[in-house]
Amino acid sequence: MSKLKTGSSDWAASNARNTIRLGYWTAAWVVTMAVANFGPRFIWQFNESLTVIAILINLAIGFGMIVAHKHHLKGLDEMHQKIQLEAMALSLGVGLVVGLAYSNLDVTNIIAFDAEISQLFILMGLTYGAGIFIGRRRFR
Amino acid sequence: MKNRLKVLRAERDWTQAQLAIELEVSRQTVNAIEKGKFDPSLPLAFKAARLFNLAIEDIFQDEIKS
Repeated sequence: MSKLKTGSSDWAASNARNTIRLGYWTAAWVVTMAVANFGPRFIWQFNESLTVIAILINLAIGFGMIVAHKHHLKGLDEMHQKIQLEAMALSLGVGLVVGLAYSNLDVTNIIAFDAEISQLFILMGLTYGAGIFIGRRRFR
Repeated sequence: MKNRLKVLRAERDWTQAQLAIELEVSRQTVNAIEKGKFDPSLPLAFKAARLFNLAIEDIFQDEIKS
């Protein structure tokens, strides 16, 4: 038998580090999003300067999260990159098509309630999750 | 695309996890390639060929019959 490396590879360790880093950036982004959203009402009583600062911090951390996501994707192996690409394409496509159709329903007053952007993000998140699930099953 | 990855791995008594470490991919990817569900890129096919000390066409074969 030829000699093989044992234990986990540098590639796997680097991949795990990228995933953890992405997790930290995402958590930071979610926290700063909550602060920027609820802070004006519950913490600093609608002080405009503080609100702008909170939004800018959220935006900056959001860009950090994008960079971390890019590193995470580049670190994946080619099959998992393909799964991610297809899931993101599905999420973007469904988000665009269904989101704009939903917006049309709101604009033309066919639905009684307002179409909220948060509902679009929930749809895109669910579609992305479904895409990942389908991709993983397909290559199992 | 057909491949002999599973046979070559078994001949050397390697696990999928060991092969995955050598190829710098996940074990799931090795499994998908062995089952013919995922076709590797040319760089990954070359890497496998170098590892087994074989030519690419000795590991991967086109399924189109002439």
